[in-house]
Amino acid sequence: MSTEDLDKDHDSVYDGLLDADHAGDDSQWAFGTDFEDPLAGVDTTLPDGADAGALAAYCLMLGDDALIGSHRLSQWSSRAHDLEDDIALSNIALDLLGQARLLLARAAAADPGVVPELPEGSPVPPEDALAFFRDEGGFRNVRLVEQPNGDFAETVARLLVTSVWRLALLERLAGSRDTVLAAIAEKGVKEVTYHRDYAARWVLTLAHGTEESRARLVAGLDVVWPLHDELFRTTDVERTVAEQQVGVDPASVADEVGVLIDHVLSVAGLERPTRAAAGPVAGGTGRDGRHTEAMGPLLAKMQVVARAHPTGLW
Amino acid sequence: MSDPDYSADGGHGAVPLKNVPTGLGERPRGEWPLYEVFVRGKRGLNHVHVGSLHAADDEMAVRNARDVYTRRNEGVSIWVVRADLVVASSPDEKDPMFAPAGDKVYRHPTFYDIGDDVPHM
Repeated sequence: MSTEDLDKDHDSVYDGLLDADHAGDDSQWAFGTDFEDPLAGVDTTLPDGADAGALAAYCLMLGDDALIGSHRLSQWSSRAHDLEDDIALSNIALDLLGQARLLLARAAAADPGVVPELPEGSPVPPEDALAFFRDEGGFRNVRLVEQPNGDFAETVARLLVTSVWRLALLERLAGSRDTVLAAIAEKGVKEVTYHRDYAARWVLTLAHGTEESRARLVAGLDVVWPLHDELFRTTDVERTVAEQQVGVDPASVADEVGVLIDHVLSVAGLERPTRAAAGPVAGGTGRDGRHTEAMGPLLAKMQVVARAHPTGLW
Repeated sequence: MSDPDYSADGGHGAVPLKNVPTGLGERPRGEWPLYEVFVRGKRGLNHVHVGSLHAADDEMAVRNARDVYTRRNEGVSIWVVRADLVVASSPDEKDPMFAPAGDKVYRHPTFYDIGDDVPHM
């Protein structure tokens, strides 16, 4: 913005509070301005040599991690210990929901075959169809994100692990040959950086707080830990998209994530939990559609309204 | 001109501190201190008071302010200040403080033209 433009905007210092778009509606100045489309100007064609099926399956994995994690965090709404953290958790949930929407839409664009069939003439967009009309076995999220919230300390412990991991993935994904995934990752990096910061600060606050807060945090980390190794298990889909330089092999971020989590824990004066990994069930994990008993009730609640109105317009 | 019995706590101007539960001084265990929040908008030149919130410490107050007051793309900068650090004028002094300025019309810069090339007036 040139000096001249600044001057034009500031005939009075208070004019700066009014966005030009809201001129004449002075009461609305605090409600924010010009929102950006993260995919504006991005080439949406598939990259050369990319396996469309694998790309779609990969987008479902990252999208479902965000969608299911978002739904769990949104369950904190009106239940957190104070207004400020209630809104903070909702903000994080909404960030993840935004990522889920873009990723599920990309999955549908890469391979329309993944989208569930809806009645003729249904106005439900493909990303909504994926979110609300797939059954449990169709979801590809890691099992860690579908676990019940527990208390605030447990939620913070889970958020620390998932956001450190997701940020490491997104940072690499920003270099994807798929320009859409790269743009989604670039937007996501800024968001998840804040989620990681929020979780790490709360881990330190709880660890150095009272005996009660520290004990709850230790218990929360213990609950989270058995499902944490699943985050780094590479599936065939992830191997394929990583080879095609479209996606990220999760095993490649394991060291970095481990170092960062150990660092937070050491500043908190805590040890890494020693509980054994839960491991796959019947040879599969969340990435194969094998979920824990917490997933069914979560989906029932999340999907019930949309499923009752398959031709509804929202 | 300040009065230790009054505070700007809560962002609503001077409020009495005596014989009312203010959360100051004898703060109940577990109650977080109040912070006043100032946000500078994208095109604003100055930080503007937008409200208040609770936080356990200064850093958390900045984070909470981000989460509570800049969710809709409002701000590019945040200030927070402990509400009990704000020194406020007392309503008892309202007349001696402010009434004398009420009739001094000659103090308003309305008796001359401002040049077109003078910014920020």
